[in-house]
Amino acid sequence: MNTMTNSTHETEIVADPSLPTIKITREFDAPAERVYRAYTDPELFVQWIGPRSVDTRIDHWDARTGGGYRYASVRDDFEACFYGSFHEVRPNERLVQTFTFEGAPDGVSLETMTFVDLPDGRCRLVGLAVVDSMELRDLIMSSGMDVGVLEGYAKLDELLARG
Amino acid sequence: MTDQLSKVFQALADPTRRDLVARLSARDATVGDLAAPYDVSLQAVSKHLKVLEEAGLVSRTREAQRRPVHLEAEVLDLMTKWIERYRQEAEERFSRLDGLLAELEAADAPSRDQHRGESA
Repeated sequence: MNTMTNSTHETEIVADPSLPTIKITREFDAPAERVYRAYTDPELFVQWIGPRSVDTRIDHWDARTGGGYRYASVRDDFEACFYGSFHEVRPNERLVQTFTFEGAPDGVSLETMTFVDLPDGRCRLVGLAVVDSMELRDLIMSSGMDVGVLEGYAKLDELLARG
Repeated sequence: MTDQLSKVFQALADPTRRDLVARLSARDATVGDLAAPYDVSLQAVSKHLKVLEEAGLVSRTREAQRRPVHLEAEVLDLMTKWIERYRQEAEERFSRLDGLLAELEAADAPSRDQHRGESA
């Protein structure tokens, strides 16, 4: 799992001050085809999507245009479920999905991932998420802190277990 | 906290207010100073400042008539930190993906060699 490339790739985040969007840009040392596969093959998806402290369980996965998905992030007895549709699946180029956290069922994010091949077998991923209010956008961005806190607790658990 | 950040985002959604913040980052200024370059009334600029003030982005001292407007840089800093936290979380996810992509490459390469070996 930990065959790390010496990653100098910066993840760029743009939260537009006047639009409820989050734009993420990241480059990878792999062709678009492979990154696309990691997004659409459920066996690969579960290996990277969640924090290390969390297990990802796929309940449903149909990565075809008009298909859908549902997965759960599981940690101890806590479970968070996410679902959505694959609005458009264009192999190795473009993936358009909806995304809803079941704990906040009124909130839906429309996410477009664009995979662009770069020279030397590399590629650039641009993800644009659009929600229907600035409040929800801000909530999504601040929820990252909760994950960080969970990870923090996991580390604390390890320390405590070691005595 | 999210609430204050929402206010900061909303306050900065307006280009005039962003410009006011940029100018205040250089030095404190009075409402009159701030209004001078714009083709708008003092009242309009005051309104913008009120939004910035409610978001905690600027403060006004009690110095009699002058009452210069002061930028609360640490609030901007808070927003930057907040985005940075989110960015780090995304970065952790993508570095897990980097690891997986490297594994996939390694898995693909030997299988190609194998095929070559088989055909030879």
